[in-house]
Parts: sequence; C-alpha cells; structure tokens
Amino acid sequence: MLDPALTRAHPPAAATEAPLKIAVRDLVVHYGGTRALDAVSLDIPAHRVTALIGPSGCGKSTFLRCLNRMNDHIPGARVTGQVTIDGDPIYAPDVDPVELRRRVGMVFQKSNPFPKSIFDNVAFGPRVHGERDAVRLSEVAERTLRQAALWDEVKDRLDRSALELSGGQQQRLCIARALAVEPEVVLMDEPASALDPIATAKIEELIHELKNAYTIVIVTHNMQQAARVSDLTAYFYLGRLIEFGPTERLFTNPTRPETEDYITGRFG
Amino acid sequence: MFGATAGATFATLGVLVFLLGYIAWQGATSLSWSFFTALPAPVGEAGGGMANAIVGSAKLLLTAAAVGIPVGFLGGVYLAEYGRGSFASWVRYAADVLNGIPSIVIGITVYALVVIPIGHFSTLAGGVALGVMMVPVALRSTEEFLRLVPDSLREAALALGAPRWVTIVRVVIPAASRGITTGLLLSLARVAGETAPLLFTALNNRFWSPGWLQPTASLPVMIFTYAIAPYEDWHRQAWAAGLVLLVLVLGTNVLARFLLRSGAVRSA
Repeated sequence: MLDPALTRAHPPAAATEAPLKIAVRDLVVHYGGTRALDAVSLDIPAHRVTALIGPSGCGKSTFLRCLNRMNDHIPGARVTGQVTIDGDPIYAPDVDPVELRRRVGMVFQKSNPFPKSIFDNVAFGPRVHGERDAVRLSEVAERTLRQAALWDEVKDRLDRSALELSGGQQQRLCIARALAVEPEVVLMDEPASALDPIATAKIEELIHELKNAYTIVIVTHNMQQAARVSDLTAYFYLGRLIEFGPTERLFTNPTRPETEDYITGRFG
Repeated sequence: MFGATAGATFATLGVLVFLLGYIAWQGATSLSWSFFTALPAPVGEAGGGMANAIVGSAKLLLTAAAVGIPVGFLGGVYLAEYGRGSFASWVRYAADVLNGIPSIVIGITVYALVVIPIGHFSTLAGGVALGVMMVPVALRSTEEFLRLVPDSLREAALALGAPRWVTIVRVVIPAASRGITTGLLLSLARVAGETAPLLFTALNNRFWSPGWLQPTASLPVMIFTYAIAPYEDWHRQAWAAGLVLLVLVLGTNVLARFLLRSGAVRSA
C-alpha cells in the first residue's frame, strides 16, 4: 500500500512558478466493476506541458479523459472526486460538458479528421459555436493551420478532402481543428504513436510552441518523448499516481522505486 | 462435392440468365412507344399502353417513400445513436418481425385502417401499404450504415464542444450518407414490384387517377390483370410492363451498387 501523502504528489516549487490551471483531488473512476483510477490527486500548472506516462492500462488515458469529461460517453463509467479548472469544479451538476469542451480541447491517438474538406475540418468547431462569418472563419483557419505548422502544405488545397492528407498531416490538422475552438487546455492522447519519426518530430516541436498559449497535458507511451516535450511528468501504475515532478528530476532521480523500475526499462 | 456445388451455382446463374433473357425478349418485342404514352385500349381493341400505370406506380412509390423513409431513417438513427438496452433490441426484433410479415397481410390491415374509413380504394392507401413494408429495410440498413461510422469521429466532434445532436446531424449522418442513401433506394426498389398489398388498397384503374384519393393503376397489378386475361394482345402488354418494371428495379440496384463502389462510409 502506498503512502497517501506520496500519491497526492504536488510538483516542487520550481515547476509551480506557473499558476495552477487544473487541480485534481481524489479522482476515482470505475468502468463497471473495475476500478480504473484510484484516488489520484494532481496539480497541473498553466502554460506547461505535463506528460502522463506508465504501462498500458495504468489509467493515464482514463485520467486524461476525465479532464474534458469524455468518460461521460462511456456506458458504465463512474467518476468521483473533484476536478477544478481555474477553480471551477467541472463535475458540478450545473456544468454543461459541451461548454467545458470548448475550454478543454482534445487530440486523439488515431488522427480522426472528418470526411470533409480541410477547411471544413478546421471551421467545424467555430461553426458549431455559432460563427457564420466567412472572413473570420478563413482567419481562424489560417491562424490555426499556421500554429499547427500545416499552412504551407495545405494553403492551396483547403477545399480538398482531409482524407487525402498523410497520417502526420492529418494529425496536425486535428491539432489545428482543436485549436480553432480557442481552448485553454489541450489534451493529447498519444498524439504521435501512429506516426513515423519525422512526423513525430514535427508534432513534438509543435507541442513546444503551443505551450506558450495553452496548457498541455499529453499521454505518451514513449518515455523519450515525455523527456523531450514535457516540463512535468506523472507516472501512473495500476490506476494510481506513483510519482509526479519536474520531468528532468523524475527521469534522473526518481524518488519511488516503482518509477525507477519503469524508466530504467525493468518492466512496462 | 465440387460437382454438386458447381452444378448448383450454374443452375442459379442459368435460371437468372434465362429469366432475364426471356423477359427481355418477350418484353422488347411487345414494347412500343404508345406503351409509355397511351391509356389501356378498350377490350377487343388492339394497341394502347400503360401510361396511367407508370404514373400510378410513380405516385404510389412517392407516397410510400413519404411514409417509409422518414420513419425508417429516423428510427435507424435512434437505434444506432441512442438505442441501448432492451428497448432497442425489442425495436430491432419488431423490425425483423415486420420484415417477415406476408405482404398480403399488410395489405388487408391497410384495407381495414385506410380504405374502409375513406370509403374507396386509393393511391394513398396503396402508398401507405408499400411504405409500411419499406420501414424495416430502411430502418435496419440506416442503423447498420451508421454503426459503420467509427466512434473516433463522434468523439472528435464531441471533443470540439459539439452537442450530441449536432454530432449526429453534421458528422455521423454525412459520413454514412452514401450507405444510407443506398439502403433507402433498395428499400424503395424492394416494394416497387409488390403486387399483393396493392390488390385491395390501390386496386386498379383503366384511366388516369387524379389526386391521391382515387383507385390507381400500377405496373405490378397491371401485369397481374393482363397476364391472366384471355387476350393475346393483353399478354404482350403484360410482358412489356414486366420488362419496364424489371429495368426500373434492376436499374435501382445497379445505381445502389455504384454508390457503394467507393465505400458506404467515409472516414480516415
């Protein structure tokens, strides 16, 4: 049994210079009869990249999906505990998950562009939220496609189907599409796991750029990737948060033996 | 074993080729321009056509579509997108049972519920009977094609802050539109040749049927009436009508296949 004080790990002072963005307290998730996440507490600072690592089934994706309430759509999922974003509890009964997801965007493991044109993909979010003005939609499309480092590759074929793009381009399109809603937080669920090394490098570079404007939480299987892109890393194992701290410290000098076993490749 | 199975295969093929060839030969030698433009000639007089039956069939199918497509389509959307648990499986079971009900029984029910209250046979009653027969096919095919849309597309839209119904209307249905259209076309083709439910709902008519509340001629009932009549000239007309009906139904099937050629559902 782990010491509760340790599972409730807060990042040390150096990393928390940034203001607190997301505070998670005693988060428990059940899928039917199985406990997928066990009393996780975590403070995620603004304008930092926080990586969630751990072996398959450790609860890191479940945790991520709690932050924009995507678990609401999974039959049999039950979430207890508290999550606040800028102090607002997102599981309060009066919170509309649809509104929440405007503030918390998400990029999925497998790129999932809509079978529509490149432009219509990026414009989808703003249109859903009531933007009808063609000029402003074009501005949003250009801005977000530039942010996603995709503009130069697609600016001449915005009306072509998004499905014609390569896998890496599709994933960057999905990032642009998420940014078009102007979220405050961007959740990324293994965004590069299906991509080749060059496309992965582009996505990682992008994550680095984006943290100036957004708070980023990224789930990754790849420890090198966590080390490269993140400021803070949380290690999950069997539904528990084992250790949370500045990435550099966690990878060079983990305080928990379980973390050390994982990052030195003794299992996982 | 090989011999028996190959024999059965050739028998199937042979029956089809013989049937199509025979109808094409008999029909083509009987078909003339006046078949499409003229009303049936009085008994004993040669010539004439089935213009009223062609228009009658078109009006019946239009009515059937107005009844069957909304119910089948919306029901299919419900089952695929909202339908969970035992109620949905009961609806599915009910649709399968409805699909198996002999068409003459649907005819007699519509006779009791539509023809008797109106007081006479009508296009409306015939169309309702055909529409009821369309529902199970339209419903189940719509459901099946919507289920082929990957959940990743639904999640993408939900994560952008789209409410559930917007996700369904703007993402899920458009992604499956080709498959759904095909299913609806096939459900229409399926009832185009139905005769039994029309016998005592739409009845028949040797003249034009104005509006929707008069008895009407239709190609299948005309074939039935003309084929059992003792006049050689009527037999020729029945063959011509058979060919026209066959071309319409086969044409719809070919069109459906063509639509499905590049995939029923669009996604990455």
